[in-house]
Amino acid sequence: MATDSSTDFTLDSAAALAADERGEIEGKSPWVLAWRRLRRNYVALGFLLLFVIIVVLCAFAGTYASQVAHTGPNDNHLGETFTRDGKQVPVVSKGGFTTGGGFVAGGIPVGPQLWHAGGRYVFGADNQGRDVAVRLLYGGRNSLKVGIGSAIFCTVFALLTALLAAYYGGWVDWLISRVYDLIWAFPVLLLAIALGTALSINGFHHLGINLAAGSLWIPTGVIAFVLIPYVGRPLRGQILSLREKEFVEAATAQGASSVRVMIGELLPNIASSVLVLFTLIIASNIITEAGLSFLGAGVQPPNPSWGTLIADGQSRIVTAPWLAIIPGIAIVLTVLSLNVFGDGLRDALDPRAKVRVER
Amino acid sequence: MIAFLIRRLIGAFLVLVAVSFITYLIFIKIPGGDPAARIAGRTATDANIADIRQKLNLDDPFYLQYWGMMKSLFTADLVSYSSQLNVVDQIVSGIPATFSLCIGAAIIWLFFGTLVGVVSAVYAGRTSDRVITVLALIGLSLPVFWLGLVMRYLFAQDHPFRFLPDGGYVPLTTNPWEWFTHLLMPWGALAVLFIGFYGRVLRSNILDTINEDYVRTAKAKGLPYRHVLIKHVLRNSMIPIVTLFGLDFAAVLGGAAILTETVFDLKGVGWYAAQSVGDLDLPPIMAVTIYATFFIVIFSVIVDLLYAWLDPRIRPT
Repeated sequence: MATDSSTDFTLDSAAALAADERGEIEGKSPWVLAWRRLRRNYVALGFLLLFVIIVVLCAFAGTYASQVAHTGPNDNHLGETFTRDGKQVPVVSKGGFTTGGGFVAGGIPVGPQLWHAGGRYVFGADNQGRDVAVRLLYGGRNSLKVGIGSAIFCTVFALLTALLAAYYGGWVDWLISRVYDLIWAFPVLLLAIALGTALSINGFHHLGINLAAGSLWIPTGVIAFVLIPYVGRPLRGQILSLREKEFVEAATAQGASSVRVMIGELLPNIASSVLVLFTLIIASNIITEAGLSFLGAGVQPPNPSWGTLIADGQSRIVTAPWLAIIPGIAIVLTVLSLNVFGDGLRDALDPRAKVRVER
Repeated sequence: MIAFLIRRLIGAFLVLVAVSFITYLIFIKIPGGDPAARIAGRTATDANIADIRQKLNLDDPFYLQYWGMMKSLFTADLVSYSSQLNVVDQIVSGIPATFSLCIGAAIIWLFFGTLVGVVSAVYAGRTSDRVITVLALIGLSLPVFWLGLVMRYLFAQDHPFRFLPDGGYVPLTTNPWEWFTHLLMPWGALAVLFIGFYGRVLRSNILDTINEDYVRTAKAKGLPYRHVLIKHVLRNSMIPIVTLFGLDFAAVLGGAAILTETVFDLKGVGWYAAQSVGDLDLPPIMAVTIYATFFIVIFSVIVDLLYAWLDPRIRPT
């Protein structure tokens, strides 16, 4: 249906807008409306781009290692030298008196070279002579795997239990809510440490799942488990209020099965909340993983992760501060990008958006 | 009120039983291998393993095993096998450092969290609100242990502008000034995360409350804006913060400040648990987990009572 934009009295501004743009009114789903709001939020989009760049960089860790740095994440270069601006420089200082009479302390790895060494030691070396930039990318890969993987598990499991609890009510709801309460009663980090440490000795061998002690799946599963109530509780509350709405009643009256009501009616209505929670939970999982690995209860060596890199650098914070500081910056950028984007996403998806209040 | 209290206490007791049973599952049942050998740690002798097997009733059915674990925790004869030290003694000796850290940090985070929340809500949408929102988001995104390391690097290492002691804990009774200076950095590091979080929660609560009818009525009556803000808006917006604070405070008291304590070498409860992670020494982690959870459960009862006092609408009848 075309609207004549030259009509003198168009009260409907949406129609006028549509006329300006394409000359017809189209039906807009909430998703389209949210996307229009999000599209104008350049800060959120900028941070999403930052997150995507970090993910892509970490995904190409192998290419970077072989093509640019010419070394693997666990390759030891103690006692070797590399060329810096045409001069030979030891990767880890040998120590002792120099010919000039000065004294150089031993065992100090070389600092960030940026591009002076042709792509080697861009962020310096660690005390084993390993390339920090390579380890940072490989560590990031593990951190992101654990963070995103546990967020997927956690969200899926929380969503399923919340749907069951809120839809069926009664004893199902009672049981699931009590399980949430029990996990909730533990401090997140301590429960994760307890599980992570206990499982890091002999792995996990139940329910037909066999995980070796050093497996990345252990921190992934542990973090997913401890955060379930933090996702499940708000979702359950939302579904509970939707459950009483007329459209659910109408669907049930038409003879829709419970699975159909849950997937066809309830799920689309909480999809936006799930999406926001998912974004924010990745951020919190990456921080939790870093804390766990920092204490030795998360990703196990020789697998690097941003947390273990900081732990390795901790004792050398004076002589080689980049070892601990650079992985930390990587964590902050990743988590901040997810938090800012998640915030923008919530503003765009939440039609109530009370955030911008005029006084 | 008495009935409510009794019901709440019985509930809390059941939660404690369930939670300690989960701890039992985590340490004894879920991991693979022989639990006694695992608990004994890396340096265990056969005699140690036999001792654990007997103390924790590991040859008996699961309820006796659970009972054995609880008994050894509460009769204080649980021993860490890698150091041969009594676990409960070690936790008790860590309490002063942990409490000093948590109480100081809690005062800082409550004060600044409230300030940040109120300022950004009152100036919602303006530049100061945007700046605070960005700072709060950055605060939320900082891993606390990394922040601690950077603080130590900047303020406590051998720099020209070094002005704080580097880690460690000095008891208040030994030297109050040293106690204070040693705790300044840990307080700051621990508080940053919560300031960002509380500020944001409070901000959205205030923005929700500020549009309520009773606030408009109060304004229409001609009450001064400051009075409306404090008596009408803030009092109601603080209610969720009370719940949040009770649980967070209980968690850090119970050892959830494990990362802060580790980075600053504060020999508290969390530090003790962290040391045991490296040695794969399970009894301390087991004990600290139960200890922390007990704190949380007890505090949640206190919070409920406080909540009822603050908000007459949910007062039990």
